[in-house]
Amino acid sequence: MMRLLSSHLLPGASILSIIKKILISDTALDLDDLNGLIQNNAGESGAAVIFTGAVRVSAEEQGLTGMTLEHYPGMTESQLEIIIKKAQAKWHLTRVMVAHRVGYLTPGEPIVFVGVASLHRKEAFLAAEFIMDYLKQDATFWKKEHYADQSHWVEAKESDREAVSQWDRV
Amino acid sequence: MKINVLFFASFKELLGCSSISLDISQENATIAGVCQSLCSRGERWKSVFDEPSKTVKIALNQEMAELDSPLNDNDEVAFFPPVTGG
Repeated sequence: MMRLLSSHLLPGASILSIIKKILISDTALDLDDLNGLIQNNAGESGAAVIFTGAVRVSAEEQGLTGMTLEHYPGMTESQLEIIIKKAQAKWHLTRVMVAHRVGYLTPGEPIVFVGVASLHRKEAFLAAEFIMDYLKQDATFWKKEHYADQSHWVEAKESDREAVSQWDRV
Repeated sequence: MKINVLFFASFKELLGCSSISLDISQENATIAGVCQSLCSRGERWKSVFDEPSKTVKIALNQEMAELDSPLNDNDEVAFFPPVTGG
């Protein structure tokens, strides 16, 4: 069972309300379910963008058997909440869904889902990228990679910091 | 005063501990004071908390904080490496 940790209706929301949800799950993300929350459009949204990130086995990670994701319960949710608020301050978003896995994952499994609906496509594209960039910089998750003979914690990448700094100019 | 200290990811593993409760005196009531107290627990602790580097991230009551952030009774302080989610 996926646990829904946070769900909000903004003040003054009508039947065409803004839907904003955050989900941290220790079981497999149900992408159909998550897609549905964004695509279930009562006519309020003109565009939707969905991003999913999954466990990948690249050339330098050959032999990767799985990954453990740890997080800081409480702080993670509030960081995601802040990121979504920042995105809503920049663009008119009608629906936002951010879901992230914790626990043990195997190659191919989805790690993260970011779905954004808005009036027009540009806003949805930008907001989805913005939320992912900030999630990677600020949300309190840590990855540990497992190989047949060893495990190690993943190091933060400089390119992720640079990705966020570009938004200062938007 | 009582401070609840949490450790995550590689720090939790290195220290073999996910949380401890510390008693901190009023005049040491900053995060730097917590680091100082943690150093007395042994070499592994010193390797992280003796003049902590930029790769030691700090949260106070679940918001990002700095070494000179002041503390109050029952505060929650967390130490963790740079995040790698997504």
